[in-house]
Amino acid sequence: MLIYLTKRLGLSAAVIGLVVLVLFSLLHLIPGDPATIALGPRATPEAIARYAAKMHLDEPVWMQFLIYVGNALTGDLGVDVFSDRPVTQIINERIGFTLALVCTGMGWAVILGIPLGCLAAVKPNSVLDRVTGVLSVGTIAVPSFLVSIWALLIFAVQLRWLPAIGAGEPGDMHDQALHLILPAFAIGLAWVGYLARMVRASMLEVMGETYIRSARAFGLTPRKVVFGYALRVAILPTITLIGMGFGGLISSTVFAEIIFARPGIGKLIFDAVMARNFPIVQGAVLVATALYIIVVLLSDLLIAWFDPRVRETL
Amino acid sequence: MIPVSAKPSDPETGLPAIDSTGLPDHVSEAEVRESAARERLEKIRMFMTNWQGMGGLVLVLLFFASAIFAPWLAPYDPNALDIPARLSGPTWEHLAGTDQLGRDTFSRILHGGRVALKIAAIGVSVALIVGLVLGMIAGFGPRWLDNFLLLLFDTVRAFPTIVLALATVALTGPSLELVLAIIIITSIPQYARVTRTATLTLRNTDFILAERSLGAGVFRMLWHHVMPNVVGPLLILAAMDVPVVVTVEAGLSFLGLGVLPPTASWGTILNEGYLVIRDAPWMVVAGGIPLILTTLGFTFLGEALRDIFDPRMGKGR
Repeated sequence: MLIYLTKRLGLSAAVIGLVVLVLFSLLHLIPGDPATIALGPRATPEAIARYAAKMHLDEPVWMQFLIYVGNALTGDLGVDVFSDRPVTQIINERIGFTLALVCTGMGWAVILGIPLGCLAAVKPNSVLDRVTGVLSVGTIAVPSFLVSIWALLIFAVQLRWLPAIGAGEPGDMHDQALHLILPAFAIGLAWVGYLARMVRASMLEVMGETYIRSARAFGLTPRKVVFGYALRVAILPTITLIGMGFGGLISSTVFAEIIFARPGIGKLIFDAVMARNFPIVQGAVLVATALYIIVVLLSDLLIAWFDPRVRETL
Repeated sequence: MIPVSAKPSDPETGLPAIDSTGLPDHVSEAEVRESAARERLEKIRMFMTNWQGMGGLVLVLLFFASAIFAPWLAPYDPNALDIPARLSGPTWEHLAGTDQLGRDTFSRILHGGRVALKIAAIGVSVALIVGLVLGMIAGFGPRWLDNFLLLLFDTVRAFPTIVLALATVALTGPSLELVLAIIIITSIPQYARVTRTATLTLRNTDFILAERSLGAGVFRMLWHHVMPNVVGPLLILAAMDVPVVVTVEAGLSFLGLGVLPPTASWGTILNEGYLVIRDAPWMVVAGGIPLILTTLGFTFLGEALRDIFDPRMGKGR
């Protein structure tokens, strides 16, 4: 386990390093003066001079990169072009909204999707199984940003059941929860389908194993066999799927935040792109990507913890 | 019914001799061909009776036809303004209503399909070819190259697609070429990984070993013997990838980061509809339907093809 852990951590660190390199070189690959490109046409000459000094643009490029990495490691991601506030501070204010949305969206999908997959696998070709099959392909095929727009149209504009815009009054838990429902529904819907299908497929495979037959032969109730014995093994590929699919989840979260005007990281990046505020884009993209890499890492470690065979694959 | 062969049995082992075609002597070549043809027919029959696959095929053909023949099918010029009829609901004159400038939404949807088709065709085929080549290099090349390429693939996959697109657009401004580049770069790793795994398996098979010992070059082995074995699953993967590509294009255009406004795209139609969602709700409905039909079509088609031609692939996805 220790060898696997070291190798896996090393791989993640290398990927994060390359991601930083890509984000850093994006600015230098575009022809023109980096400070002018990064700050956009609206920046004042003083701001450009300050940025050039801050980024050490007179140093050689590799030196600039090392300085950038050094700063990023100490939590300094630069300053906002317009307000001069540290990027780290701005991200800190916004990331809570994104994490709440991602967790709620994934949460309801897991709570609904995994039991649905189990029930479908216990009685293959039953009515429930067929309905689940069609529904899951249906939910997977509808792009999540379209789910967001249509949910907004139906529940907020037409029926007026739920608020359409923002994240609710600060401090008012009830209001904030109401604002969370629609975006969480939109980003989680496809995952109900994914999870149900994945759990069903691996569950069907596990249910054919001999130890499940033994458990049945001992007279355990079907519920105990499924949830106590089969699910433990069948859940493993699902954990990988959740880890790998987290990137897609971040993409749909960006859309949901923009469509519902929710002040999270995705909206922050989008607004910064529109205003050509590159330091914020760079910092927020780095944070979002690092988040994804960490989730993939955690899911891989979790699998290796459960299943010793995996440890030998790296 | 087995034709009796005149060939002698092997003098040392007493087993039936194997002739130059490599077939056991009680099987003729014609029989093998006939059996292969029967199997192919059986698979086509299986596909024809699979309602999901046929439904998918119909939707996919509809997508191709409507995009290719859009200029002849569209009742109006997609950019013709008709200000008095702006934001009209669905009527017989404007089947899907009009937008805030009085442009006919149905005509714009048909023309928007052309953008989607262009992006999907170019994006998927380029990504598939590059992924195939890189995957074979990774699987057949030296270990360090394999590790390096894997690290590159992991890095590209570490960026959520939309986030990478946002970061790039921040510097270059929106354009269709950029959307295409982002789509190609982010979809290469999945093709490359599938190819690499298949190549690694093939690398240790007897027929590759035999070829190698006969002195075949690496290029010949890859082109004639590895690629034909890999390309089938890749094509199925490509069918499943089209919905993703079409969605990314529509999503970026929706954000105003893809196709630029006067050009019709499903994403720009949705964006314009989103801005007037309170006054003209049918615009986002009409703009979303072709997107859903296309993704459904390709998903159903890809899954049916996979279930019939490559049942093993269904696992682990």
